[in-house]
Amino acid sequence: MGRIILTPIITGKAFVLGDNIDTDQIIPAQYLTFNPSIPAEYKQFGKYALSSVPPSQAGLPQGHVPFHTTDEFVSDYTIVIAGKNFGCGSSREHAPIALDAAGIKAIVAEFYARIFFRNAVNGGYLVPFMCKTRLCDAVCTGDVLEIDTAAAILRNKTTGEEYRLEPLGEVGPIIDAGGLFSYARQQGMIKT
Amino acid sequence: MTAMTLSEKILAKHAGKPFVRPGDNVWCNIDILMTHDVCGPGTIGVFHKQFGRDAKVWDKNKVVIIPDHYIFTADVMANRNVDTLRQFVREQNLPHFYDVGTDRYKGVCHIALPEEGHTRPGEILLGTDSHTCTAGAFGEFATGIGNTEAGFVLGTGKLWLSVPATMRFVFQGNLPPYLMAKDLILAVIGDIGCDGATYRAMEFDGDGVYALDMEERMTLCNMAIEAGGKNGIIAPDRVTLGYVDARNKSKIAYEVVKSDPGATFMVEKVYDVTKMQPVVAKPHSPDNKAPVREVQGTKLDRAYIGSCTGGKMGDFRGAAKILDGKTVRIDTFVVPATSEIARQLKTERIGSRTLEEIFLAAGAKMGEPSCAACLGGPADTFGRLNEPMSCISTTNRNFPGRMGHKQAQVYLASPLTVAASALTGTITDPRDFVG
Ligand code: SF4
Repeated sequence: MGRIILTPIITGKAFVLGDNIDTDQIIPAQYLTFNPSIPAEYKQFGKYALSSVPPSQAGLPQGHVPFHTTDEFVSDYTIVIAGKNFGCGSSREHAPIALDAAGIKAIVAEFYARIFFRNAVNGGYLVPFMCKTRLCDAVCTGDVLEIDTAAAILRNKTTGEEYRLEPLGEVGPIIDAGGLFSYARQQGMIKT
Repeated sequence: MTAMTLSEKILAKHAGKPFVRPGDNVWCNIDILMTHDVCGPGTIGVFHKQFGRDAKVWDKNKVVIIPDHYIFTADVMANRNVDTLRQFVREQNLPHFYDVGTDRYKGVCHIALPEEGHTRPGEILLGTDSHTCTAGAFGEFATGIGNTEAGFVLGTGKLWLSVPATMRFVFQGNLPPYLMAKDLILAVIGDIGCDGATYRAMEFDGDGVYALDMEERMTLCNMAIEAGGKNGIIAPDRVTLGYVDARNKSKIAYEVVKSDPGATFMVEKVYDVTKMQPVVAKPHSPDNKAPVREVQGTKLDRAYIGSCTGGKMGDFRGAAKILDGKTVRIDTFVVPATSEIARQLKTERIGSRTLEEIFLAAGAKMGEPSCAACLGGPADTFGRLNEPMSCISTTNRNFPGRMGHKQAQVYLASPLTVAASALTGTITDPRDFVG
């Protein structure tokens, strides 16, 4: 928390998912007994991130792509591309935590479920971008992407395509500060 | 002054503003913060890290801690999490803690909150659980938040909230005996989709709603989140105030708020409940609606009656009415939401038998009050789907893996439909058993 996640350029390989990826798929309930405020246990969430996504839906367009390719905690992929309503379901902050622990820096979805979006922003785990284009049909798992965060542009280095992202808007300053607490301190709302 | 909806009025008041509009981001004073054993330890961790090891919560009378998720398990980590809550409660000297293994133990937080008098009209209730929206049944603004936000509220008593536009759902007419609130809300979710109310308030209205008791109204609001809703809400009436006043032990004053005449609703949908029929949500999404008649005969391995959605007294009355004097064909699990409900199952009767006797005589298994298999949980959880089986359930979610195994097929339905299906071992319309 408080670390800078909104770097000018975010680059990495894409892991592509479909619509309505819910929090049970992102981090199944049986792993919620880990306490994310204990660093060793925070790491554990990375290992189980996206572990309940049905195999045929994991790593589109073909599916059946394992999310973890290097070691058991961190994924090779750093940007998740998804369709509608990403993060629906439970309020568990363990969901953005699991993706952060697995090495995800940004998500680009059509839109998010409310609580997931707030958790990602307020916890300062990763940057939740939105894009009007249905990127989950346009980007392939493994494509190399580059997000220019100030210009709100996503470039697919593999295909050469460019896409306009939605501006971060009112939550921009919170993301830029690195989460709710850093923002509130900047604003003088809470003492340091 | 500009007319506002019920949700807008509550947010304006708590933000100290004469009016707010949908889309405004406002800092609100929070009346109650609830957390449980799954998100409590993380919330406490955030609080300590950010405010310091010796910091005190903003108002100890406004913090409610209800362990309910992973309770009757041998899982070491799960038990450790309850210990973390205990230690925090001791350090902070918090009065509203419902500890496991004591007389105060309650069970599922969303039902425990109203039973223990923590829900009041006009207030803002935040909880580290997405079904916190259940409390909107009491005419308050109630929504789920994450650990970081809850840690912030613990320290400051405030949080930024964006004002949702309100969608209004009007139910007209009296519910026929074969329908329950579960059928109404599954119909709505099926109609608008599981993202149909994302970032929106869902206000329920109409004589069909006001004819429901508080438990049924809670079922309606409980599943607002399944359409992506920020909150579900029902303006208070005499039934609400009767319930609240009987439970409001600390006699905290509250304000009855209703939508202004002329308030703007972004959508209004009207349902005639007399024309509706029993429905299920098919695997693997709560919006995958089908009339029971359309899927009847689908083979099942298990039936589950429990959770904050379908484990209240009215839910068990409905199920017992169907199971009375009959025998289930498939494994049937009955899990009361709270200890108060569990006790009432042992005393309330249909004819000469208690509801619990009816369930046991029918061959159902009775569990301890808690969330149990509603969210899968550790492998030894009562009723958990450890194999890729097919289950009909009164719970609220059927995403892949929700009740345990990721290949399990879960159908969501009303307690009446689940009980009828338990008797035949296939999906069955309750009209085959009740008028
Ligand atoms: S019963 Fe199910 S939905 Fe309700 S609080 Fe527990 S886990 Fe959540």
